[in-house]
Amino acid sequence: MSPIIKKKGERFTIPGKYLLFILTVLCTVMMLITLSTDIFNKPLNTVVGYVIVPFQKGLSSAGSWLSARSDELVQIRALLEENEALKRQVTELTLENTQLQQGWYELNTLRELYKLDGKYEEYEKIGARIIARDTGNWYHSFTIDKGEDDGLAVDMNVIAGGENGGLVGRIVSVGPNWAKVTSIISDNSNVGGQMLATGDMLIISGDLEMMQNGMIRFSQLLDSAGMVVTGDKIVTSDISDKYLPGILIGYIGEINLDSNKLTKSGSVTPAVDFEHLDEVLVILELKQNVSE
Amino acid sequence: MRRKITVGFLIWVCFLLQSTVFQGIAFNGIVPNLLIVLTASFGFMRGEKEGLLIGFFCGLLCDIYFGDVIGFYSLVMMYIGFLNGKFSSGFYPEDIKLPLALIVVSDLSYSMICYICMFLLRGRLDFSYFFLHVILPEAVYTTIVTLLLYPCILFVNVRLENREKRGAQKFV
Repeated sequence: MSPIIKKKGERFTIPGKYLLFILTVLCTVMMLITLSTDIFNKPLNTVVGYVIVPFQKGLSSAGSWLSARSDELVQIRALLEENEALKRQVTELTLENTQLQQGWYELNTLRELYKLDGKYEEYEKIGARIIARDTGNWYHSFTIDKGEDDGLAVDMNVIAGGENGGLVGRIVSVGPNWAKVTSIISDNSNVGGQMLATGDMLIISGDLEMMQNGMIRFSQLLDSAGMVVTGDKIVTSDISDKYLPGILIGYIGEINLDSNKLTKSGSVTPAVDFEHLDEVLVILELKQNVSE
Repeated sequence: MRRKITVGFLIWVCFLLQSTVFQGIAFNGIVPNLLIVLTASFGFMRGEKEGLLIGFFCGLLCDIYFGDVIGFYSLVMMYIGFLNGKFSSGFYPEDIKLPLALIVVSDLSYSMICYICMFLLRGRLDFSYFFLHVILPEAVYTTIVTLLLYPCILFVNVRLENREKRGAQKFV
């Protein structure tokens, strides 16, 4: 009897070893193909869009409910104390606010004079909800509930709105009703940045090791004048080929001089709170369209 | 056929849970690996072939959804399922020590392979850090989840096997 065709009742089966070999070859071929092209993306993403995504939408609300409950338990005592302190602060701030408002009106008129626009208001945006996160523990990517049908495309920038808004990442893969976003804190992500104050260029890279302290890494900062200090704002640079210019990335943490004595590197505190991110905004404009 | 549908459903549920609900209850950002538990359990319960097929499909799902290239996770998970299948001769449903040990070893080796292929090759050399902060917590968390999930998988498998046996007797 041939080793390939085993008789088991009347049925025809392939032994495990052969199947393993066939599938190994298949996987290797697929890896090689997808390394350079993305021809499988379209059909596979569509299938996943129908089989997985609708259910994730429902379940992720259950997930966020659970995490909200566990957060509540931990924080309830701290919150009570904080509430007292905040109430006091509110009265102080209301006073301050009235003063600041006068300044704000002045700023608005000045802005108009200089034809300056608000921070990101010129971009057309669409809101999306995070429905799933990376199943592994190595990279920090997630999927959102909008896709090609809503006008999303690969390389569109994703930002977080609200008071601690800023750059979240960019879309790396889209299906009909979902899109995968790689965040800037993911270990395989690099962003070209710029110091807001001095205009010096630098590179922001995600780092799994530093992420435990809520930080990411910056490098290649050529700060010859020595003007960059802790707390300075970093925005996306004009020369980045994927990211739109002028989006807030974060604030400088510590600065170290590299061993080449020319460039500096160190840590960055991202502007966005990635741990409690639920909703994001996708900018419906690609970098190419901006640089006319 | 019934088995295929049931197992497909299990993979689907585990993947959904892992990417949504478990992200909500992650300790310190670490999520347990349900798909490894599933692959390894079916590997040693049912043998090499079923283990490798289930591993392949679990991995494929991760690849499509979160992988950079399609085929990497499939390959790793497939071999884990296959190697677990080698232990199917020593498997007894009453014993939980062997399954637990196999699942822990599977999860550790899965994480090691991920570290080597995705981090070490990019120059992230600080192994002790990654071991203590990612690999070990994941293994511990996966072990805890195994204690809950494994009896369910075992129960499903026993039910399926009983039904298959009855079906076979009918034909005789």
